Formats: sequence, C-alpha cells, structure tokens
Amino acid sequence: MLLGQLSSAASPLSAEQVQKLQGLVAELNPIQQAWVSGYLAANANTAVLGSATPSAQAGEAATLTILFGSQTGNAKGVANQLKAQAEARGLTVKLVNMADYKPNALKKEKFITVVVSTYGEGEPPEDAENLHEFLYSKKAPKLAGVKVAVLGLGDSSYEFFCKTAQDFEQRFTELGAQSIFARADLDVDYEDEATTWVNGALDAFEPDLKAQQGNSAQVITMPGIATSTSQYNKQNPFAAELSLVQKITGRDSTKDVRHVEISLEGSDLTYTAGDSLGVYFLNDEVLVDETLSLLSIDAATEITLGDKTISVRQALIENLELTQSYPAFVEKFAAATNNVELVKIAEDKASLREFIEPRQIFDIIRQHPAKLEAQALVDCLRKLQARLYSIASSQSEVEEEVHLTIGLVEFETFGSEHFGGCSGYLAKRAEEGASVKVFVEHNDNFRLPTDTNTPVLMVGPGTGIAPFRAFLQEREASEAQGENWLFFGNPHFTQDFLYQVELQGYLKSGVLSKLDVAFSRDQADKVYVQDKLRKNGAEVYAWLEKGAHFYVCGDANRMAKDVHQALLDIVQQFGGKSEEDAQAYLKDLRNQNRYQKDVY
Amino acid sequence: MSEQDKTVKLSDNERLKRESNFLRGTIEADLQDEITGGFTADNFQLIRFHGMYQQDDRDIRGERAKQKLEPLHNVMLRARMPGGIINPDQWLAIDKFAEEKTMYGSIRLTTRQTFQFHGVLKPNIKGMHQMLDSVGIDSIATAGDVNRNVLCTTNPIESELHQEAYEWATKISEHLLPRTRAYAEIWLDGEKSETTEEPILGSNYLPRKFKTTVVIPPNNDVDVHANDLNFIAISENGKLVGFNVLVGGGLAMTHGDTATYPRKADDFGFIPVEHTLAIAEHVVSVQRDWGNRSNRKNAKTKYTLDRVGVNAFREEVESRAGVKFETSRPYEFTTRGDNIGWVEGIDGKHHLALFIQSGRILDYPGKTLKTGCREIAKIHQGDFRMTANQNLIIAGVPTEQKSAIEKLAREHGLIDDSHSNQQKNSMACVALPTCPLAMAESERYLPSLVEKVEGLLTKHGIADDNIILRVIGCPNGCGRAMLAEVGLVGKGPGKYNMHLGGNRIGTRVPKLYKENVSEDIFLPELDNLIGRWATERNEGECFGDFVIRAGIVQEVKISKTDFHS
Repeated sequence: MLLGQLSSAASPLSAEQVQKLQGLVAELNPIQQAWVSGYLAANANTAVLGSATPSAQAGEAATLTILFGSQTGNAKGVANQLKAQAEARGLTVKLVNMADYKPNALKKEKFITVVVSTYGEGEPPEDAENLHEFLYSKKAPKLAGVKVAVLGLGDSSYEFFCKTAQDFEQRFTELGAQSIFARADLDVDYEDEATTWVNGALDAFEPDLKAQQGNSAQVITMPGIATSTSQYNKQNPFAAELSLVQKITGRDSTKDVRHVEISLEGSDLTYTAGDSLGVYFLNDEVLVDETLSLLSIDAATEITLGDKTISVRQALIENLELTQSYPAFVEKFAAATNNVELVKIAEDKASLREFIEPRQIFDIIRQHPAKLEAQALVDCLRKLQARLYSIASSQSEVEEEVHLTIGLVEFETFGSEHFGGCSGYLAKRAEEGASVKVFVEHNDNFRLPTDTNTPVLMVGPGTGIAPFRAFLQEREASEAQGENWLFFGNPHFTQDFLYQVELQGYLKSGVLSKLDVAFSRDQADKVYVQDKLRKNGAEVYAWLEKGAHFYVCGDANRMAKDVHQALLDIVQQFGGKSEEDAQAYLKDLRNQNRYQKDVY
Repeated sequence: MSEQDKTVKLSDNERLKRESNFLRGTIEADLQDEITGGFTADNFQLIRFHGMYQQDDRDIRGERAKQKLEPLHNVMLRARMPGGIINPDQWLAIDKFAEEKTMYGSIRLTTRQTFQFHGVLKPNIKGMHQMLDSVGIDSIATAGDVNRNVLCTTNPIESELHQEAYEWATKISEHLLPRTRAYAEIWLDGEKSETTEEPILGSNYLPRKFKTTVVIPPNNDVDVHANDLNFIAISENGKLVGFNVLVGGGLAMTHGDTATYPRKADDFGFIPVEHTLAIAEHVVSVQRDWGNRSNRKNAKTKYTLDRVGVNAFREEVESRAGVKFETSRPYEFTTRGDNIGWVEGIDGKHHLALFIQSGRILDYPGKTLKTGCREIAKIHQGDFRMTANQNLIIAGVPTEQKSAIEKLAREHGLIDDSHSNQQKNSMACVALPTCPLAMAESERYLPSLVEKVEGLLTKHGIADDNIILRVIGCPNGCGRAMLAEVGLVGKGPGKYNMHLGGNRIGTRVPKLYKENVSEDIFLPELDNLIGRWATERNEGECFGDFVIRAGIVQEVKISKTDFHS
C-alpha cells in the first residue's frame, strides 16, 4: 500500500526506480521482503551513513516494538510481515518473541503492536504465557501514554476464538495504554486480512513514530529467518510425491494411524527435527458432487476465487474448506439460503457452537439443502487451510524425504462415515504416487539441545511420538552422547505400539537409554504416560537436575496438562519444594528453553 | 561315552541349561519388560521347561512387520496331565481361561494326551499358571529336555487295570520331574529357595526331549513307537503284574539330514511292577549320561541306542537299577483308535468317547463344542479323559445320567453321527498359524483333505473303509505321521513329503514315496493306489500292508538302514 502510494516526487527515487521497486516488492513474500529490507538498510548503513548509528535513547523513544506470541508460526509470520512493512516505511522496529521479552521492559515502551494467537480452550500460546500472566499480575506497570495495536489469530471453529488477543488488548487499555487501531480477530484464512490490518496499523503509528524519530532508520537483525533457500513456502507450496502411506496400528486396533512418507526431491526444502509440515489436501470428490447436487449447482459453473476463475467443482475440491465447520459459515450459509432454522441457530452463540460441534460443513449442507448460486456458495466458504503435522523424520537419516505420523480422524455420525479433511485424504483417498502440496513450517520452539551431551526426556503418547522419532534419528546421526528417555502411551500394547520395532532397535543400539510405555487399556486400571512419569519420579527429577531437556508432544487439552501436573508433583516430591517453588522451577526450565511443548 | 563328549563342542542348549540357575534364567526380568511381548535370549528356550513355547500369529507376521510392530508374540501352554485325566472343576477353570484370556479361545487336545492354550499374551502368563495351580494343574516339564507328560491308555472298560496303570503314569511323571523350585518361584510367587540339585535329570537336564507312556494292550492308542520309554501293562486276571519295557522310539527327523530318522522302540524285557520307578529312573539316567550333547539332531534315546547297541544300553540300565529284565511277556496290539460312542465299563459306569476333529475344542457355527463340554462339565460326576488321538472321553457316567449327557453332547454337536470312519482315523498337528516350526498347513488343511480322501474311497466303492492318514506341518512328529499308513510331512507351503506303508496298529514306520509334492500330485497318486487296493487287496488287508506287499514301497524294518535307502 505504501509503495503503491509512493511517487518519485515524495522520495529520492526516480519514477523508473519506483516502478521497479514496486514490481519487485509485489513478487516477494513477506520473508523475502524482510530480508531485502534488512539487506538494503545494512547496505545503506555501511555505504553512506557509516557510524551514524542513532543513540540508544533516541532509538528507544521512536521504536515500534512488535511482540508476537506464536504457537504454529502464523503469528510470527505476520509479525515479520509487519516488521518488513514498517521498515519499508523507514520506521524503526524491534521484533521480539514474547517468550524472550522481559516484562519489566514494558514500562519503557511507547509504541507496541501485539500479534498473538490463541490455542486450545482460549489459552495463550506457550511463548505468550509469561507476559500474559505478568500483565494480569500486580507487577504490571501503568502504561499511560503507550500506544498499542493488537492483532489476534485463531480458529473460529474453537469456542474461545482469539481470546488471548482480546485479553492483551483489554489489559493494555486497563493499564492505561491507548489502542490506536482497532483489533482484528483473524480466522485460519488470515493472510489477506492480515495485510490489510498491518497497513492500517502502520498508518496509525507512522505519524507519531516519524515525529519522534527523525530520519534514521534502525534495523534490528532477525535471527532464524531466511535460512531456507527453497522457493517453496506456505503461499507457494511444493507439489511433492506421496511415496508411502502405511498403517502402523495393528488390525484389531481401534485407531488407524498412518506412517506417511513424502519425497521432497527437487524442492530444496529443508527442515530441522521439531519442524512441522504443512499439507494441502483435496476434498472428497464424492462429497463435493453430492454437495453440488444438493444445492442444484452445475459442477462446471465458473466462479471467482480471489483473482482466479475456475469451476465451482474444482474450487470445492482444491481450494475451499468443506470439513471443519465454524460459526461464520453457518451465518453466511443461513443468510444465503434464507434458511429460517439456520438463521435462528446462528443468532445464539451457544446454540451455534453446539450445532457446529458434531458437524462437518458437508453435514450442514446435507441437512439444509437449498437452491444456491455457485458463487454464493463459494462466498460462504473460507479458504482451505493446510494442516500442520509434526515431522517424524530427520533429514540426516532420510535425506530428501519427510515422514509424518498421522492419526486418521474417523467417526460415524448422522448415519454416515466421516473422515478428517487431510487425514482422510492421505489415508483413504490419495494413492501412493499422488502429488501433495506441502511446505515446511519451522518451529524454533521445539528443538533438540544444541549441546549433544545434554540428556533428553521425551513424552509423546499417540501420534505425539512423531517429533521424537525425528529427534532419535537426529541424535543417532549426530552420534549424540546425551541420554534419551522416551515415554510413550496408547490404548493397547499389541495393536498401538507405534514404531515398536524401531524403538526396540534404538534400545538395543543404546540410542534410547530408557523407554517407558503406558498402555491404558491393557489392564483394569488405566495407565497413562503421566503415571509412568510419576512412577519414575526420582529418576525424572535427577535427569532434570543434571540438565535434561523435557519435551511434550501430543494432546493439549488433557495429556499435556496431566504431564505438567505430574512434573510439578515430581519436582515437589523429589526436589523437596513447595508448590510455588515447583512452579518457579518449571517456569525456569521453560525460560531456559528446557521445557518445550508441541501440543495440539 | 561322557569322556568322548568332552572332546566335542557342546551344543548351545547345553550352555544355556548350565547357566540357567536350574531353569530360572532371567525369566522374571523378562516378565517385567513391557517393550516386547516375547522372551529374550535364553529365556525363549527356558520357558519350554515350564511348559510354554513362544509363538506368534504367523498369518499376520508380514503385515505386522510393515506396521513396524513386532510379531504378535504369545505363548502356547501345554499342561502336565499324566494319563490325560481332568476333572470337571478343572475343566470349567481351563474353559473360562481359554474363553477370556487366550487369543484363539480354544482348548486344544493334543497327541500328548493333554490340553494346550494357544495365544496367551505375556501379561496373562502368571495369572494362567496361578489359575492352573488353584485347580491342581501345572505345566512343569511338558516341553524342553526333560521327561514330558506321561501318557496312559484311556481304557475305560477295564477300570481297575486302568486305575493301576494310570497311577503308575502319575508316579513316573512325578518321579522324573525336575526338582528345581523355579516353576513355583517364577509363576506362583513361591518362596525363593537356594540352588537345588537334580538327582535324576542332572544339573544340565537331559540331552533332548524324552517321552514316556504306560500302555494297556491291545490298544496302542499312545503309539509306543513314538516314545523313548514305554511300559506295556501285563496283567493276570485283571490285575497288573508288571511291564514289558520298550525303549528308544521316536519319530522326529530333519528334512535333508539322512542321519536322522523315525525309529521304533526296542523291547528290553519284562519287569515286575515294583521295579517300575527304578527302571524308569535309570533308562533316563543312562540316556542322560550317554546321550549326545554336542549334536541335538543326534541326541535322542533312539540314536544313543543305535550308537551303543541295545544290549549295552540295557545292561547299563540293569546294572544301575539293580534289576534284571526278564523275558518279555506276550501281548498283542490290535487297535490304535478310540472307540467313539458309549461303552460300559466292568464297574457298570458308562463312558462316552467324543470325536474331536484335530482336538480343537471351540464353538463353531452350529457346533458349539466348547459350550457343550462346559455344560457337560457342570453336571458330570465322573472325569474327562483326553486321549492320545486328540479326542475326549466323558468317563464314569452313572446310568441315570447317561441320557442327560448324551442330550447335551448331541445338542452341541459333540456327537455327530455323520463323522466318517476316515475322519475318525485322520489326525493333524497344530501347525499354522501358531506353531513356529510349521513349514506347511496341517490342522487347517485336514478337513478338506479328508473330504477328498473320502471322495476317493467312495469313488472306488469302499466308502466305509479307511486309511490311517496323518498330516504334520514339519518333520518333528507331533502328529505321529511316521506311524501312519499315509503320512504327509510338511516341506513348504502346500508341499509335503508323502510316506506310505505304516500299519493299523502303529508298529511300522512308513517309507518316503514322493518328495516335496503338492496336492495335485499326491491326490492322483492316492487315487490310483486306493483304486488298486480296492481291487487287489487280500481279505482284510489294510492299505499300509497292501502297498508293501504290492511293492509300491519297501518295508522299513530297521530304520537306521532302511528308512533313507
């Protein structure tokens, strides 16, 4: 937007340069833009400005601090985009992960943008937990005179949509800060709206910042960005070959878990153990055709989607979300079809939530057929979102492959079998050899210790074992001397011991020092990973005391909480600590990045 | 002999027995290991001495490998039931366990006159032994290099003689049991006791498995020639006076190894009944000391006898036992099968022998055998007898209960008048999917094979005749095919070695006729031979005798020289 408004008259650039710049920027994704802006600024600093670094005092006063709290990397991505855009406007910015931000520094801030996601039952992402808690504590400073803008990311299929962003904005204003740009709560298809919001927010901040800052732009380097040389990313996913889909639960299992291998050959995509893979999938053609017929839409009808014109059938298969339901769909579909019953349901938030819970979008349409224009249907739907899976392999072991461990979501409801969008595609519909669009989502919050001598404790029940398979491959390849201890759990030993043979091999070769398993339904009393942790409490605590890193992956709502509680109890019991001290002990672990979670 | 052995490298099983701390090994640690359903290293072998084999469901072995899951490890348990007698309370207990805690749900009656559980997962093993113990059953020494379950003819008619013979079977079994307390310590949480000694079996136990029977002529149901040591009951006026002792039978061999062969037992002579335990002990002790401990394929009593000579072995037994064998008393075997149906004993009690195909007691559609046995056990006042032919006798039924039991047996398909003679004279070992040794199908193949053979008999107009037909999945001999008129020995999937020429009473080893052939080869052969038998046989001549007389195969007289010739 800013570049669009730029003219040669208002800048030191020629008209031709402005045009070239505009052309270039249009091609770049946010990360590339960020990199270019950093590059240019640094170049300018050395070549022209020399030692003309602004004084710290001046810089601080006129700095826009961007605080992000990200779980899956989306908030971080938007924060980076914000930074790049701000710098393109010549503003001084400081980009900080909330996890690395010292809350006491708040009182020195003048301009703050918050980009934060929400996960689970309205909870802040782990990185934001400390700051969130601090803002609600008595230690929170008065923030009179501070200008703030908050952007929330979330998923409207969850009840407490963008609650953390709302919390932040509320607390900032309660503490005296002024919200200078309206908060936006963005859904999973946030990209376009995020760009709009970023520009709007910067428009709001720019005059004040410029007034205080003078001309000198300051660039703060951004660690962890621009390491990938691949041209493929979320916006431009790589069409990879699906090389293997293998069920890895036994024939009598109640679960269907698939080991999936995808070839990244030719993509230059790289990943690190702990990263996730974004996977775009195709909706079930049978259901798409049924939907079209229910709504009396001709499959060949052309519709507009963004700047593309394609057939409605293709759009429904490739581009639009048809499984995971969310409130806005019901509202829009109710309005588009004039369905009184749906309108009524959509009016009451609680009943809407209840209505959505058991239904996929397919179900809602199937239960409320109507005559609808193709474009009207398309306008009711949001863009199909890639599903993120923790990567189950290390490139030091599998090279140009990437492995995933995917639990097939399947349930019977309303008289028919239902599958998860992506898991159903990979497990049931895609054939080996099919092309699947993927991208790598880096996750610096889930990393093996850099010192390979550090012991590692891993808790990964169910498909939560995925990143630990990657960790073990990595530890083996790097000949890490540190000990590895894995806790795994699932319903039945004979059916659900994911990667059993590989893990037995790791035990035998010594890569795994210990392996404790909890098969909940093999005996009358259910046994879970947290029970196994407690049973080994003394040793778990001893490992933590000798510097072990503790990782949890899997279910966020119950397992991760139960494991956290078990850990608290262990630290109390074996560390002889009060509950408060145990809390502090774990917080300290987290601050040292020794307690990391990848939960969903 | 023992001097000679020292110069040769002992087999690895000798090491593991020696190092096992009297069969304890590290089994207890393995039971705690939650990462595998199997037993590790030596324990894999040691649990056999406690009556269990580690097995897995071979049907899904490949599927599970792809699933990155280990084979579906489980154990098969073989109980120790001398003479095959089990009472109704015991039956109800094992029925409940089979139903609730085994993968296959069945009670499998076997040729060792006992029952097996198939598919017991590791977490259920201790509970299984404790359940058995609670009803007075154990599984000590039913496998491994020891004296295994002692068989005894299930003769229900001569009840007094049977009672005496059965008591001797039990006494022999007890006398030759390992003395180690390992079984009680590991499975029954028994008190730990210091290292024991094994006065009879020795601290290294026997060189190889050892099998013993007590048989009451004229029925050779236990198949004496499949056993190392046999006591043939000699009675006078219905009272047991002593035994003829037969030593050195055994049917196991190894494909492609002509140094191995099935062999009949040799007659050592008669002993009065009071010397029974001494003779039993010293046949075992001579084999313990003279048996080959460096080559397990040459370790059984039959090879020891062929190596040292029958006389040398017998004299050593006499010298150790302080007993001279007398001249054998005359006896005759006339039958081998079970008399299916009711018989009345001399004590006035009634006995119902049930034909159980392949000994597999399980509920099938329209044939609820397991439920039927359970219902009978609930009202039965006598006992059950598992036979060496894998059948079940409901023994000791008073006259007033006969009809109630018959009614239950008919309701549940335990009495089925449609069973043909051929069916009743056919037998199979367990084989796939549970037996790790099986090379070909056996139990699962038998029903369709029998039907085809019945078809051939009908085709040649002799539908009521039958051939003793036995199929085994490997050459180790559980199904005693090497004493059948037609014996099929598994070689590979769908492939069998076809042996011909055993006899009705189990006193002749059949000779190899066709090697490694599938049904499309051996069935036409049988068709032709049955056709010839039907037309060319002498009066009353059985199929096995016919094929030898007609020169179709050579008679095996002395196994060592004749079997592979």
